[in-house]
Amino acid sequence: MDYILSGNQIMFILFSAMIVIFSILTVTSRRILRAAVYLLLVLISTSGLYFMLNYQFLAAVQLTLYAGGIVVLIIFSVLLTSHIDEKFESPALLKKVYGAIASILGAVLVINTLLSYTFIPGIEPAKDVNMNLIGNSLISWGEQGYALPFELISILLLAAMIAAIVVAKKVKTK
Amino acid sequence: MAFNIYDFTSFNQSIDKLLYDNLPPFWALIIEMTLIGVAFLLFYALVGLFLVYAERKVCAFIQNRVGPNRVGPYGIFQTFADFIKLLMKEIIHIRKADQFLFNLAPFIVIIASFMAIAAIPFGLGLHAIDFNIGVFYVMAVSSLGVIGILLAGWSSNNKYSLIGAMRSGAQIVSYELSVGMSLVTIVILAGTMQLSEIVEAQRNGWFIFTGHIPAIIAFLIFIIAGTAETNRGPFDLAEAESELTAGFHTEYSGIKFAFFFLAEYMNMFIVASIAATVFLGGWMPLHLGPLLTDLLGNWSLKFNTGVDFIPPFFWYMGKTLLVIFLMMWFKWTFPRLRIDQLLKLEWKYLLPINLFNIILMALIVLMGWHF
Repeated sequence: MDYILSGNQIMFILFSAMIVIFSILTVTSRRILRAAVYLLLVLISTSGLYFMLNYQFLAAVQLTLYAGGIVVLIIFSVLLTSHIDEKFESPALLKKVYGAIASILGAVLVINTLLSYTFIPGIEPAKDVNMNLIGNSLISWGEQGYALPFELISILLLAAMIAAIVVAKKVKTK
Repeated sequence: MAFNIYDFTSFNQSIDKLLYDNLPPFWALIIEMTLIGVAFLLFYALVGLFLVYAERKVCAFIQNRVGPNRVGPYGIFQTFADFIKLLMKEIIHIRKADQFLFNLAPFIVIIASFMAIAAIPFGLGLHAIDFNIGVFYVMAVSSLGVIGILLAGWSSNNKYSLIGAMRSGAQIVSYELSVGMSLVTIVILAGTMQLSEIVEAQRNGWFIFTGHIPAIIAFLIFIIAGTAETNRGPFDLAEAESELTAGFHTEYSGIKFAFFFLAEYMNMFIVASIAATVFLGGWMPLHLGPLLTDLLGNWSLKFNTGVDFIPPFFWYMGKTLLVIFLMMWFKWTFPRLRIDQLLKLEWKYLLPINLFNIILMALIVLMGWHF
């Protein structure tokens, strides 16, 4: 190969650069809706990484749930509550210093763990993750079955939905 | 170079071979991607312009008028003239708008529809990306478009735009459920989400016929919810001209307005394409199934050979345009709904019917009651 980088590597660098840059912008932006849009770009780049791994199902879930669902909800609530001229005040210097220290410590910890861990390259052939496989493992309870977590999460979601309805319900006044 | 209008696979492979034989693989890949991108851009622009013209002609026909008839024969170049006019218009600078988001919004809308159109099978070998989760992918990327609309409404710093964006958001978020579930109904019948396999499974009868009752219900729900998802009349509350001037794109002018306009028509095209692919057999010709073959014998075989002479791309376009005509017919016939009627229709009627329909389809598939 007379090229320094392959196409895959270029794409990986592009996506990871986007994730890093927009993550930083998300927390430093002082306009709330812009922060939401930067978050959206982070989530879309992450789904780009999943597409690169040929795991299209997870990529599409990432796009529908996070980008199309959660970010839309965030933007929706911002739309209802804040005005275009509003800006966050810049936090106090001490808070900035604490935040910087905490994030640098976290980054050092993560990077250190990643670098010291020896990754063993897998020798198994890549599985074709199709819908039948995912559906079967979601509702089977034997080996590699996810029936219990699936049902538990459903109950959690149901409880959350009922709670939301109770909170939003109008209280009858006499 | 073997060019065959019925099957583009060999044509594509010969281009692929030509590029890879003469260039290093990296550049061959880049050139292939560019070629496909340019082809899609051209297709996108031409179909968009054609649909605007078609909408005006259909509207005129329904309202007993002539419609555009000055530029070119039957006015077919009217939209090209309009487009050139739009390109030359001044882009009005909104001083109190959030510039970054204001400029970003039209691109989000147009990129979302562009990503969706890439997964649509136009014919044998005319299919850019064929994911094993095709239907889900189209759903996922087309759900991004609403973000552009919400951003456009908010960053314009205009009350009408904001109300339009809110309405549009509420509408798209709720009707997305119905679109998804009606597609899930067909996915149960097909047993796959891959669009090429869905088309292939309809060789001996389109799903709307083989899946009979639940498939027809799903098709009706899909058309209603799809019309609502594209913000078209009678669900065009987001840009209700009589109340909100133009809704979320009030403040946009020139080419940015053209982006919204084009994206709206292309979203209609995408919804119609998905309807045609999933329910009406995509590029598959209308074949008589084995049941009718027993009944009609030789005639059915002759019919099947006869329809195969029409190239797949024309079958695909014909079905898509039929669905588009249906959606235009809706727009110019029904009065606009109120927001409460709109949400009631979705949450109280379409969603329960849809859930029941999925169970019905699962039962029919389990018992083998489909054709």
